[in-house]
Amino acid sequence: MTDQPLLSIRDLSLEFDTFDGVYKAIDSVSFDLAKGESLGIVGETGCGKSVTAKSILGLLPSPPARWTSGEIRFQGQDLLSLGESGLKRVRGTDISMIFQDPMTYLNPVFSVGAQLIDVIMAHQRLQPRSTRMSRREARAHAVDMLGQVHLPSPEQQLDNYPYQLSGGMRQRVLIAMALSGAPRLLIADEPTTALDVTIQAQILALIKELVADLGLSVILITHDLGVVADLCDRVVVMYAGQVVEDARVADLFNAPHHPYTQGLLAAVPHPGRPASALTGIAGSLPNLLAPPSGCRFQARCPLASDACGRRPPLAEVGDRHHTACWNHDGGRHA
Amino acid sequence: MAGAMLELQDLSVHFDVSKRGKGKTMLRAVNGVSLALNKGDSVGLVGESGSGKSTIGKAALHLIRPTSGRILLDGDDVTMPDARAEKALRRKAQMVFQDPHSALNPRMTILRSVAEPLILHSDQRGAALRRRVAELLDIVGLPRQFLYRYPHELSGGQKQRVCIARAIALNPRLLILDEPTSALDVSVQAQILEFLKQLQAEFGLTYLFISHNLAVVRYLCRRTAVLYLGRIVEEGETEAVFSAPRHPYTEALLRAVPLPQAVQPDRGEPLGGDIPSPIDLPSGCSFHGRCPRRVDGLCDRVEPPSVTVTDGWAVRCHNPISS
Amino acid sequence: MTDTVSKTTDLEALSWRERHHSAIRQVRLYSRTFARNGSAMFGLALVLIFVVVAIIGPWIVPFPEDAVGAVNMDIKLQPPDAVHWFGTDEVGNDVFTRVVLGTRLTVQIACIVTGIAILIGVPLGMVAGYMGGVVQEVIMRITDVFLSVPGLILAIAIVGALGPGIVNAMLALSLVWWPGYVRLVQAKTLALKNEIYVEAARSIGAGPMRIVFVHILPNCASPIVVKGSMDMGMAILGAASLGFLGLGAQPPEPEWGAMISIARNYLPDWWWYSFFPGIAIFITVLGFNLLGDGLRDILDPKHRE
Repeated sequence: MTDQPLLSIRDLSLEFDTFDGVYKAIDSVSFDLAKGESLGIVGETGCGKSVTAKSILGLLPSPPARWTSGEIRFQGQDLLSLGESGLKRVRGTDISMIFQDPMTYLNPVFSVGAQLIDVIMAHQRLQPRSTRMSRREARAHAVDMLGQVHLPSPEQQLDNYPYQLSGGMRQRVLIAMALSGAPRLLIADEPTTALDVTIQAQILALIKELVADLGLSVILITHDLGVVADLCDRVVVMYAGQVVEDARVADLFNAPHHPYTQGLLAAVPHPGRPASALTGIAGSLPNLLAPPSGCRFQARCPLASDACGRRPPLAEVGDRHHTACWNHDGGRHA
Repeated sequence: MAGAMLELQDLSVHFDVSKRGKGKTMLRAVNGVSLALNKGDSVGLVGESGSGKSTIGKAALHLIRPTSGRILLDGDDVTMPDARAEKALRRKAQMVFQDPHSALNPRMTILRSVAEPLILHSDQRGAALRRRVAELLDIVGLPRQFLYRYPHELSGGQKQRVCIARAIALNPRLLILDEPTSALDVSVQAQILEFLKQLQAEFGLTYLFISHNLAVVRYLCRRTAVLYLGRIVEEGETEAVFSAPRHPYTEALLRAVPLPQAVQPDRGEPLGGDIPSPIDLPSGCSFHGRCPRRVDGLCDRVEPPSVTVTDGWAVRCHNPISS
Repeated sequence: MTDTVSKTTDLEALSWRERHHSAIRQVRLYSRTFARNGSAMFGLALVLIFVVVAIIGPWIVPFPEDAVGAVNMDIKLQPPDAVHWFGTDEVGNDVFTRVVLGTRLTVQIACIVTGIAILIGVPLGMVAGYMGGVVQEVIMRITDVFLSVPGLILAIAIVGALGPGIVNAMLALSLVWWPGYVRLVQAKTLALKNEIYVEAARSIGAGPMRIVFVHILPNCASPIVVKGSMDMGMAILGAASLGFLGLGAQPPEPEWGAMISIARNYLPDWWWYSFFPGIAIFITVLGFNLLGDGLRDILDPKHRE
């Protein structure tokens, strides 16, 4: 692909200064996102997927967060070097983010319309005065956005308060807010985890529709492999702050190379198949205050060897498929 | 029904949520649920928000008072237990709660938390008590050092094991598990589920497994009851129900779950609409507002009867899916 | 974590360090956070000085008889000098002695008032919060009535009815203080009642008494400790105010407020007589306030890791 990737993260490392010491949250994370692509970041607790996403928009309080290396290039520009004022121009207009629990991200004392119009007007302030929307135009735009996310009776909904909306409807409002500035990239951090199954299906379908209609690029952070398989083109698997594998979705499920990915897939119960034995992954997360050198999965890995003390690079094992493992078995153990 | 470990007969649980001056409002969480669990069985209660599944679990343990209906535990009527019957109930049936992070008192050591049922129901004290708790930790696979640790020092999976240890301390016959793995990572969930299977085999326990996660229910439960707004809409052997559901809601639910596999089947249009509130139950069949198989004039007026598909498989629907 | 070796570990072989490992870590964490807070350490220092002086007071004062009514008119109202560090009062008593011995009295007042307030207020608050319904309504309304009367006025009224004296003053102040704890504890109990571990305790068969004292009370402890330490300062001020009005300690008891009550008549020429007791009150109350603030900072869950 000769096209420049929309987002490119290279060797990103992040540490937190805590009472107990320095917490090495992510270690040399690298991945790309092409235009119009849906990328899933998958991992369990402590893998660093959320802090990676928040780093893109500079949403981590610093201190205690410290980026010790790496760069985050969006359309060629390094976001890490942007100060707060530079990031303000990026947030909402170039890159937007939606989060897990829709209730806590909406202010309960303001109507939905007020909050949405507030966001639209905030983006307008970044525009030159001559092209700014008036408040009335902003209101019309708000109704438009609510219609785009298929909220029933959008005109009436503007005056409703968050408590009057169901979980699914609130998440739609948040998506409308996120997209009101016409961003190129939407980052969704566990957007459906707090929602019921049938509502989750609706929201996932909505995101797919928006991707198709608006040419949106999406980074979806989740622990649910089913959601990733449904929504994403490519997947990045993270463990304890390191990227262990990245591949197209089909390749990941058909031929997982990294022992962690294999372990993860073997641990997921499949709703469409009769029960077969599930195997967990023995052991527990390494202490990120004093992580082992090299691959952080070695303590739990069935294929670990002495070589693992040296960090394996993300090596290509197939078309757009990389794995960070010295001893992988070529994906035969699928 | 002879041999039933737990039997719910036409159980209803309604909460009075009336606000002053606004008339009487009832939240109908559970509406006429009948269910029987045989000894050694594992039955899943599946549903989304408002289905009443958690309420059923708590009512069975008398943590919530039922509004009507009967609850029989091992043959004894425990619907309105007196103090003595309540104590006996607690020994026989225990619950493992949803969120291990808040199911343990943060100011109590693991020892004290797990010992609590023993302190309340037995006369073991001191060294004998500590030994018994250590044994329980062994059974759930935790190191003995944890006796003196506090919950915040343990991981989610470890905390859930502590909760399981606490639940089996009195050798109950029935365990009600309310979303025991929803708050856990996938790899940890797998360990806990495997462990629960072993535990059931080793101690001959009966499980009532409450969850919204269909994959987990399919893995662990031999029979499943699907709940919608406080009513069982379909009940039968898990394999049968999941491979060829008869109720349109069960079908929509199964279709909605994204599958962790490379090729996704065409899942069609997702089920539209929102789940109605249990305060304002729709008339007739509660599902009629969203149902693709709705029969106008019937489904919105008349509550559907229970239709037997085969022996042990029932559907509550006017227009069930045929095989 | 699930290795078989640990299964055979003998319980009794676990060292004291191992067993109390969590508590040790907690203490270290609190100490370190507390020590970083300059004003809290300063407050702690002041309170410690106050407590030490209260304990060793009787042994270090040069003129102990001055606190029990000795009269030396020939050295009355002398300014501070080498013998009388704080000067003398209108009956010739050494002000330094009286201030130091007043410390002991003040400690007693602060502890007893706060202690009684907590002993009454906390259980009432827990009962109100846990039982809800009519019981809660009754308790909270009574509390509201007490809280709507300004504290000092109520205390004056009570002492007025019972007669002046240090014991009655302490009683009055306790009766004024307990409602604050009821409010605090009731709110916390309401929140804790819905915690899952409380529900779990009920499912195990714990009765209301056990739940309230074993599960809810320890989790209420932090706000009670913080309020208690702040209240110590307020109780001292309250007792001093009553003493100042002549309703608390009676002469010749060396209570600071009572001393200032008489001393103000000798301002501004004989300034030392009111200055030193006043400074004593100021320093002690400041110490407790800073200490309370510091405690709140470390006990506030938002400040934890």
